[in-house]
Amino acid sequence: MAKIVFSQKHCMVNPLKMSQPIGAALAFMGIENAMPLLHGSQGCTSFGLVLFVRHFREAIPMQTTALSQVASVMGGFDNVEQALVNIAARTNPAFIGICTTGISEIKGDDLDGFLKTIRANHPELDSIALVDVSTPDFEGSFQDGWAAAVTRIIEELVNLPLATAKLTRRINILPGSHITPGDIDELRDIFEAFCLEPVFLPDLSGSLDGHIPAEFTPTTLGGISIEQIRKTGSACWTVAIGEQMRGAAITLEHRTGIPYRLFERLTGLAANDELMGFLSEISGVPVPRKYRRQRSQLVDAMLDGHFHFGGKRVAIAAEPDLLAAFSHWLHEMGCEIQAAVTTTQSPSLENIPAGEVVLGDLEDLEMRAAGTDLIVTHSHGRQAAERLGIPLFRIGLPVFDRLGAGQQVSVGYRGTRDLIFEVGNLFLSNAREPTPNTWIMSAECTPPRVSLKVQ
Amino acid sequence: MGTLGSKIQQVLNEPGCATNRAKPNLDRKKGSNKLLAPGAAAGGCAFDGAKIALQPITDVAHLIHGPIGCEGHSWDARGSKSSGPLLYRTSFTTNMNEQDIVFGGEKHLYKAIKEIVEKHNPPAVFVYQTCVPAMIGDDIEAVCKAAQKNFGKPIVPINVPGFVGSKNLGNKLAGEALLDYVIGTEEPEITTPYDINIIGEYNLSGELWQVKPLLDELGIRILSTISGDAKYHEVAQSHRARAAMMVCSKAMINVARKMEERYGIPFFEGSFYGVADMSDSLRRISQLLVDRGADAELLARAEKVIQREEARAWERIAPFKARLAGKRVLLFTGGVKSWSVVAALQEAGLIVTGTSVKKSTPDDKARIKELVKDDAHMFDDLKPREMYAMLKEARADIMLSGGRTQFVALKAKMPWLDINQERHHAYAGYMGMVALIEEIDKALSNPIWEQVRRPAPWEKPAVQDALHLHIA
Repeated sequence: MAKIVFSQKHCMVNPLKMSQPIGAALAFMGIENAMPLLHGSQGCTSFGLVLFVRHFREAIPMQTTALSQVASVMGGFDNVEQALVNIAARTNPAFIGICTTGISEIKGDDLDGFLKTIRANHPELDSIALVDVSTPDFEGSFQDGWAAAVTRIIEELVNLPLATAKLTRRINILPGSHITPGDIDELRDIFEAFCLEPVFLPDLSGSLDGHIPAEFTPTTLGGISIEQIRKTGSACWTVAIGEQMRGAAITLEHRTGIPYRLFERLTGLAANDELMGFLSEISGVPVPRKYRRQRSQLVDAMLDGHFHFGGKRVAIAAEPDLLAAFSHWLHEMGCEIQAAVTTTQSPSLENIPAGEVVLGDLEDLEMRAAGTDLIVTHSHGRQAAERLGIPLFRIGLPVFDRLGAGQQVSVGYRGTRDLIFEVGNLFLSNAREPTPNTWIMSAECTPPRVSLKVQ
Repeated sequence: MGTLGSKIQQVLNEPGCATNRAKPNLDRKKGSNKLLAPGAAAGGCAFDGAKIALQPITDVAHLIHGPIGCEGHSWDARGSKSSGPLLYRTSFTTNMNEQDIVFGGEKHLYKAIKEIVEKHNPPAVFVYQTCVPAMIGDDIEAVCKAAQKNFGKPIVPINVPGFVGSKNLGNKLAGEALLDYVIGTEEPEITTPYDINIIGEYNLSGELWQVKPLLDELGIRILSTISGDAKYHEVAQSHRARAAMMVCSKAMINVARKMEERYGIPFFEGSFYGVADMSDSLRRISQLLVDRGADAELLARAEKVIQREEARAWERIAPFKARLAGKRVLLFTGGVKSWSVVAALQEAGLIVTGTSVKKSTPDDKARIKELVKDDAHMFDDLKPREMYAMLKEARADIMLSGGRTQFVALKAKMPWLDINQERHHAYAGYMGMVALIEEIDKALSNPIWEQVRRPAPWEKPAVQDALHLHIA
């Protein structure tokens, strides 16, 4: 049981956290032909947009209601109306997802009311699905915004079950914000190998996987279609990945009666054994040969790798579900989680295999990371890693100083196997060569490698 | 917000701004702050602009008073380089929460300043106002005043809530804050007749260092840049410079003009991009200094350096001319950079087949027109879809633009080069222009283009048929 510690500082230094509105905007980007719209000042959009461009190395569709000083005080109805009309005329999307920001929340703009009035006045918007979500950036964090957006999509767009015929192989998957386009592709392969038809809500693998579209499109390049979203009620199961998606899964269950199974993480041997068992059970298909081989390869990688992971001390900072996935996996490989820092409250925090979990920033991480063998966090950890002279393994978002962030895979047997190689190689390449003084020094200065804790 | 309101009006009426001068009276009131179209806007807010303008000051702690959306997505993102202090790369924010919204964020802000002073003891703290605290009425000027009194060091309010306008307005408001609180507050230990300020230069990718060695050679001292690789004390002492060069035409015009007004520092508007522009800038810096009392022999020395450097640059560009001659360039960049880069590209034999004049002043436009004659198309606003079509139909061989339109080119499988603020290469001065030509050549001659444009095997009906025949 980890102790949850709140940072007592008044000044956040080197933020780990990002805002709710852009978490929601990213979720909306997993919908086909979509345009996320932030109801705020144009900076709210532009900062988020630049961040995503640097991370995914893709064009990012994202618009703003461009609230002026006057509009933010007098109310932003005109801005929302104009924005929707302009977006419809310029980009002809199938979906517009509207995220509030701190500015519009303080004013108290009633978006539900706005949308009703706008719908009544603008028949040209009839063919466009509109979903609004409340995401003030003065509370919660990125993954909260993502989860809230998915819940709102379900509430607004999913047809009630009477209208939908059941499809026996159809399965809904609700991935958390930490699941990359690469992860989704890996999961799709796995589910399909059990003769299931997975539908991901949202599906970034269609929009932000990095591919060359046949033609120019000003909206998202792919993703789940509105039609597919409406019919999610036809599935037999829902699989949610990450504790953050529990709310969305429950909402979908209430609306459609579809039972859900939540996997807190899909990184590591045991976690994937559970997934395979579940899929085999619900599909009636025995685990395919391919995955039996992959499991065996993962076991072998664990055996080869444990020499280099055992006793290593790791400092890790990430959003709760990503923190859970990586800290449990590293712990299972024999590492000690010396520092764990996260952004927002979550039920999964108390199970993190560390003495304490700090709700804080990268300064909190840096202060606790001295003497560790590895820092695991997003690209903004680079300054701390450099100062401390500790290697950095980049996870999450943003990763702007490495290629292929959208294709980093950490789910499945194969994903876990490759992670062992990647992180293990980082340990290997930073191994210290012994010198005549190594053992003299270590006897005097180095504390014991493993703190013996009563679990 | 009374003071901020009048400050904005003042900045919008900036008489030094050519764009502004050319406008009728009514339009001028709207100034650089034309209303942004909801759902069709691009670009940053005023806060973004202020941070761009001031964050290059390297030893200052930059504290953003606002919720996480203002600072959490954008810190440590720009390529402004430092020759020493690194504090500017540390991000500080009050990360306002619900409690602050209900009870006000002033105390929180004060305590945050205190923590920074205790931990880092920087020469100054810059406090940036954002939309949310502005809406709930946090008075950052008052907080900064109290903090300055208690901590005994400059705590500078930068009053730039994002919703007051565009990035450009933010640049100017940031300049106003420097004029009000920083410039002229300290005296330099020594001054020389060769002291200059470089205003509106941010040392992106270290570009200032491509130029500085030449100034050093001429004995010209940069008293302060505003703000690339600057230190707080340098900016505070910058009012003792003899002359100034204003680099990015529209961003900091108010600073240059007011420093002339208040401290009698003459300035000219110049550019470090392009061989001819670089030479012109060296000449004008020297001339201004001589006018203000420097020894006239400086002019001759400058001329010598210019001749040597130009010859060296041409010599290094010459081998590319054969390779680049006739290649067509689409150039999308802001303001003054357009014409100076156009000239440079032409020097290397490239043909500018289109350029943007969206951010250019009438003067800029005239200069571009003169340079490119009728060959080129000047676009006020080219939609990404149209850019894509131009590239896809191969009406250009390469696009030079900012990161926002990068993927328009790449998805059309066309070479692209980053020439905006986020770029990783330095293109200033004589060697910078050689570097730009080298980069264009690298992009154009990369062997991937032949491969990535090949149709996929299943897109080749002839091959498919042949295969079928073979199998049959």
